[in-house]
Amino acid sequence: MGLGREDLLQVYYFMRLTRAMEDRTRTLFLQGRVVGGVYTAQGHEATTVGAAMMLGKDDFIVPQHRDLGMHLVRGTSPRAVMCQWLARGNSPTLGRDGQLHIGDIHHGIAPSISMLGESLPVACGIGLTMKMRKRSTIVLAGFGDGAANTGPFHEALNFASVQKLPIVFLIENNGYAYSTPNNKEFAIENLADRAVAYGIPGETVDGNDVLAVIEAVERAIAHVRSGKGPALLECKTFRVRGHSEADKADYVPKELLAEWLKKDPIQRFERYLSEQGILTPENKAEIEQKVKAVVDDAVRFAEESPAPDPATVADYIFAPDGPIAIVGEPGASDSHYVNAIDTRTGEPFTTISNAPAQLHAPKTVPEEVGRR
Amino acid sequence: MSEVTYLEAISQAIREEMRRDEAVFLLGEDVGTYGGAFKVSAGFLEEFGPERVIDTPMSEAAIIGSAVGAALMGMRPIAEMQFIDFIASGFDQIINMASKMYWRSGMPVPMVVRGPSGGGTKGGPFHSASPEAWFFHTPGIKVVVPATAYDAKGLLKAAIRDNNPVLYLEHKLLYRMPELREELPAEDYVVPIGKAVVRREGQDMTILTYGAMVHQSLKAAQTLEEEDDLEVEVLDLRSLAPLDREAILESVKRTNKVLIVHEDTLTGGIGAELAAILSEDLFEYLDGPITRVAAPDAPFPYAPPLEAAYLPDEEKILTAARKLAAY
Repeated sequence: MGLGREDLLQVYYFMRLTRAMEDRTRTLFLQGRVVGGVYTAQGHEATTVGAAMMLGKDDFIVPQHRDLGMHLVRGTSPRAVMCQWLARGNSPTLGRDGQLHIGDIHHGIAPSISMLGESLPVACGIGLTMKMRKRSTIVLAGFGDGAANTGPFHEALNFASVQKLPIVFLIENNGYAYSTPNNKEFAIENLADRAVAYGIPGETVDGNDVLAVIEAVERAIAHVRSGKGPALLECKTFRVRGHSEADKADYVPKELLAEWLKKDPIQRFERYLSEQGILTPENKAEIEQKVKAVVDDAVRFAEESPAPDPATVADYIFAPDGPIAIVGEPGASDSHYVNAIDTRTGEPFTTISNAPAQLHAPKTVPEEVGRR
Repeated sequence: MSEVTYLEAISQAIREEMRRDEAVFLLGEDVGTYGGAFKVSAGFLEEFGPERVIDTPMSEAAIIGSAVGAALMGMRPIAEMQFIDFIASGFDQIINMASKMYWRSGMPVPMVVRGPSGGGTKGGPFHSASPEAWFFHTPGIKVVVPATAYDAKGLLKAAIRDNNPVLYLEHKLLYRMPELREELPAEDYVVPIGKAVVRREGQDMTILTYGAMVHQSLKAAQTLEEEDDLEVEVLDLRSLAPLDREAILESVKRTNKVLIVHEDTLTGGIGAELAAILSEDLFEYLDGPITRVAAPDAPFPYAPPLEAAYLPDEEKILTAARKLAAY
């Protein structure tokens, strides 16, 4: 796979940043500063970060509610994320929606909704466009075991296979759909076995082992980018917290939880990096400091941001008339296009655009680390 | 120039827009090789190829969801529902994905969902739907219902060029109706979304209607002139969302009596909202009760006598209009 020392440290940084952002979000929730539900993904970091790290510059993600790791790797601004949680007027949704329901199509991120599984047909539309426009780019669509039992999951995988669309369907199987355990969700051992039904490759990997995830995603991407159609990858992980922060998850057997806590993906990767001499007490302290600074900056920025203006509550129902650019084509970001900027505000989209203002922004979108 | 049917007008609109703009494409069940269940897209596959005329599996969520994804990318997909009844299987993509996208993300979703709607073809409960009220109620979706060949073409072009999700309801009873054949302009034209049109002028009463009921209403208006000496105005709404409030209010202010006719069921239908608007805005102008003629609150039936009893028609409109005129 050929990941260099710096690449591995970048993977580690994003895993730590993801965890730290969620820890802080939880604190804000407990303090009553996040008014709505909080859905986090402790334990998913190896899967979400590892998978997104393997994408190329012009590839797309179609993430879901627990995919903060993918967002951060692909350049979503931590400030935008915190503004979204805190329902600020300058959040990417202008306070109209919460959670991680954000995106910026010009930077390859489609926003999700709460109806899990419904993003997968949308991923097909992005893949169809890539096919029609003869591009070599791909889509990484993340979703959970719960979404894998919806009709749109089946419709999307089947349609993507028939049309040979360039999509990696990534199941983050975290053991539970809210309180419903895997054995009440489906009656097969591995969800990736369903790939047979669509005539596509399927693989199940340890979703808490970031290196295993990276290798498996690399294989899936190689297949998908070659034009042979989609691939299904199941990363087995565990949701070590509740469905939301309002859920104590006392339906999860204590022994099972303890077992998975021992398999924490960040600790495992830390051990590996330390054994390899890549992570040292010095650079670990540096990374922690950087993570803390980014999170602090995001929270401070969000807290200083204005609340939405109640007078706008019924505004922006319809997009204005005017030319629409085909995303990703030359000149598509020219501001005379209705979809080039956020026409609600007349400003650039904020999901990504605050990234350069971060204290420690990633070097734009990461290099294609896996393809060397 | 030869006269074209309502169906040919739809076909022309899609073909011309696909020629004009490479972002426009069509996807749906049997739209390619077969040319569509009603042959709207006959010959399209040969002209545009399988990447722009996409035969899909029987998967409405995938069809509409793919349209949303492509529209986010700046394409202008036209998603065909083989019968509009099947839109229920893709409901979530319209209601939760497409309609809220611009409002919450600032990203436009320029797409059309279209399909044969309406009854009178012995289609029974699953091939006769008038689904407009489901979507009329949903902010963020435009809903248009053409009644003539000219409008079928012009409204579809406007829908394809619109930067928002547009539900385009074509009435299958009108597809090949000989009396709707007309010569269309040779040059490019659109019928703007959100504009109603007066189909027949009158001073004694306004009929607010749309779709196939425009023609039943016009027949009734003719009879009312001949037999009752009543001058009935017929306003074809054409767009349900957004509604042309100005045209509605202007007409009813002049006639002071209003009859609302729609093929969809009564309760919670378009007529209920029209009645509320008129009651709020024109209370002092009304010389009679706002009256509705609609299908009864029952699913659409199959057997011919049941279908006839169910659908509003000239006779039912006449009965209601005469009662209203007596005020």
